[in-house]
Amino acid sequence: MKFTEEHEWLRADGDVYVVGITEYAAEQLGDVVFVELPEDGSDVKKDDEIVVIESVKVASDIKAPLDGTIVAVNDKLGDAPALVNEDPLGEGWFFKMRIDDASAVEALMDEAAYKAMIS
Amino acid sequence: MPELKRTALYELHGELGAKMVPFAGYEMPVQYPLGVMKEHLHTRDAAGLFDVSHMGQVILRGTDAASQLEALVPANMIGLGENRQRYGLFTNDEGGILDDLMIANRGDHLFLVVNAACKDADIAHMRANLTCAVDVVDDRSLLALQGPAAEAVLADIVPSVAAMRFMDVIVTDSAFGDLWISRSGYTGEDGFEVSVAEGQAVALARALLANDDVEPVGLGARDSLRLEAGLCLYGNDIDTGTSPVEAGLSWSIQKVRRNGGDRAGGFPGAERIVSELENGADRRRVGLAPEGRAPMRDGTPLFDSETAVEPIGHVTSGAFGPTVERPVSMGYVPAAMADTGTRLYGEVRGKRLPVTVTALPFIPANFKR
Repeated sequence: MKFTEEHEWLRADGDVYVVGITEYAAEQLGDVVFVELPEDGSDVKKDDEIVVIESVKVASDIKAPLDGTIVAVNDKLGDAPALVNEDPLGEGWFFKMRIDDASAVEALMDEAAYKAMIS
Repeated sequence: MPELKRTALYELHGELGAKMVPFAGYEMPVQYPLGVMKEHLHTRDAAGLFDVSHMGQVILRGTDAASQLEALVPANMIGLGENRQRYGLFTNDEGGILDDLMIANRGDHLFLVVNAACKDADIAHMRANLTCAVDVVDDRSLLALQGPAAEAVLADIVPSVAAMRFMDVIVTDSAFGDLWISRSGYTGEDGFEVSVAEGQAVALARALLANDDVEPVGLGARDSLRLEAGLCLYGNDIDTGTSPVEAGLSWSIQKVRRNGGDRAGGFPGAERIVSELENGADRRRVGLAPEGRAPMRDGTPLFDSETAVEPIGHVTSGAFGPTVERPVSMGYVPAAMADTGTRLYGEVRGKRLPVTVTALPFIPANFKR
């Protein structure tokens, strides 16, 4: 699994990547009450604000980790946004994307580097 | 930035695992490990303990304190019964609101609780305009115990609270020294606010928290609780630019201070406020129910159609309501659009989302009348 400075994780799933936010980020946000996901099939650029997460108190944006195309979104979050808190690394995933330059994924942080960043 | 002040419970908050944030010049708990959502729900189901020691506690002494205060507050202060409390407003010459406050008649003096962010200005305002003694109480903490279990929990320590009704006040001795207790709060639930000597505050808080029904609750849930209860947050829903009538707080101005009353007017901004009481205001604070799950937060502009260019008003408070399980907001709209059921649009992240004017509060109040 790879991590971004924006507290996202990317996990390979065949030739695409599943993207969500880390346990640390979910805990910082508090109880998530609303998630707005990008459109399936949309092309995104690194740092585009493509997900909106609202917790009880605040709204936050999640940025596209890299350039690519959204190939699936987690529709379950519409009715059950709390999945982001309950299972951020599993059922609480946001979207799957095909990444234009797969080698860019390798340049992201590994788990040890991410843990060092948040500690 | 000036150094943040700490309440007597600061170390206890740390021990309880609170996340602290700056608020009105104080370092205050925004949430505990339970989290905003569960703290909110626990308060409505059982009881929540809040540290509200940042709020200002003030005593007005002198036999004519009540009549003097009527020059600053458009409420019936003279008619406030002994050991009773009332909600009131400090108004300004333009008919806006300087602060909202609670006033208790404790026989030979009045006891006031004012907002933390306004307290210095409120005290200066009273000292400049009143000749009675204005004594700031700076050696007492203030705890709020709110929720349906509050009476049983507090009665274990002070049995006499069980006989109190909503807005009653008592001064009583206890194992934690003398306590100044009112049956009131700002969550829409039954509950109490307890003023306790600073040196006894931690011991009292621990005694309350020892009850399984009580969880500590932070500012995050305090905000969502008061919003569901349709209560105004000073600085958001009311301020110097909103009049009491616009804000839907006309009920806090008793008949005797209105046109035809024995002591009509005679408070700052009376000309505008008395006129609005008779004729209505051009705009009104209303409840707003957004469709869907996206919260409409404060500052969200409101429109009367999907395509209108000019906003007709804006949201002043908005969040997700954990008890009603949907987003809830309040805001100001023109009087002609203030009827329940009126459909409006709030612009959230560039999209016009439908929102319906709805009655306040969002949850029925649970007071012991």
